[in-house]
Amino acid sequence: MEIGSGINSMDLDLHEGHVIEDLKNSAASALPEPSRWLDEEIERNIITTTVDKLLNWGRKTSLWTETSFTACCTFEFISTSSSRFDIARFGMEVLRSSPRHADLMITAGTLTWKMAPQIKRVYEQMAEPKWVIAMGACGISGGIFADSYAVVPGYNRILPVDVYIPGCPPRPEALLAGIELLRKKIEKRSIAKGN
Amino acid sequence: MLSEFSLIALFILIVLGFATSLVLIPVALRKLGIVPSQPSAVKSEPYECGLETTGPTWIQFKIRYYFYALLLISLDITVVFLYPWAVELTSLGPAGLITIFIFLGILAVGYLYAWRKGALEWK
Repeated sequence: MEIGSGINSMDLDLHEGHVIEDLKNSAASALPEPSRWLDEEIERNIITTTVDKLLNWGRKTSLWTETSFTACCTFEFISTSSSRFDIARFGMEVLRSSPRHADLMITAGTLTWKMAPQIKRVYEQMAEPKWVIAMGACGISGGIFADSYAVVPGYNRILPVDVYIPGCPPRPEALLAGIELLRKKIEKRSIAKGN
Repeated sequence: MLSEFSLIALFILIVLGFATSLVLIPVALRKLGIVPSQPSAVKSEPYECGLETTGPTWIQFKIRYYFYALLLISLDITVVFLYPWAVELTSLGPAGLITIFIFLGILAVGYLYAWRKGALEWK
């Protein structure tokens, strides 16, 4: 079927299929957690520690979340961001629809291989520095769908995940605890380590 | 006389300094290598909900909205004049009422002209 000028829907489907297959083949094993630098001892002086403190304070107190929620854990996130659990206490109430504004991706829910290239692309378009929280059993390992040919067995196959929050789904308190862990991780960043 | 404006000049200076520093601080931080910078081809591409853009993006939009924007602005200005008149309605008396009807009459002629010319029709 012809859609638009010179674009065939059959070609589009074929192209999409190739993209998904390529991603599936290249994501055979999990990406390492980007946290090796946490244990490294570095030389600090008064200037770097001051700048570090200022930058990290700014980063951890205004984490803006990218709205890329794929499945049902989203409802726990919505609950967390609403009045009862009030994510605004952490400066996170701003949900961005554009990855250019966001620095945190909360991967709430099951990810299918069909959706995986889009999620990867959104992550790649986010501005530096950026973090990923894998929320829920499906985000960590594919959950009960882990054996399915259609489901990505864990976001860490395609994205470097910083914090894992177990649960099916995790309660809002668990999500807040995970965010607190991420904030502690951000505090340890240093310009001396190049991040 | 001129010294009375010194505060305004100071205000303009502060505003300019604040605005330019907000733009320059991120650029400086990046040039100094303090904040991470990992440019890539995908990052510079247009964002379309994570999908690759398909088809030509140089499509044409209707310019008709322009006429509606113009008519809306003239309506806006009517409100700007009508509001203070309505607030002071009792103290202005019949003279104010006649003046405002003359004003509205002039505007109405303009609107009738636009109507007759077909500016309100969607073509």
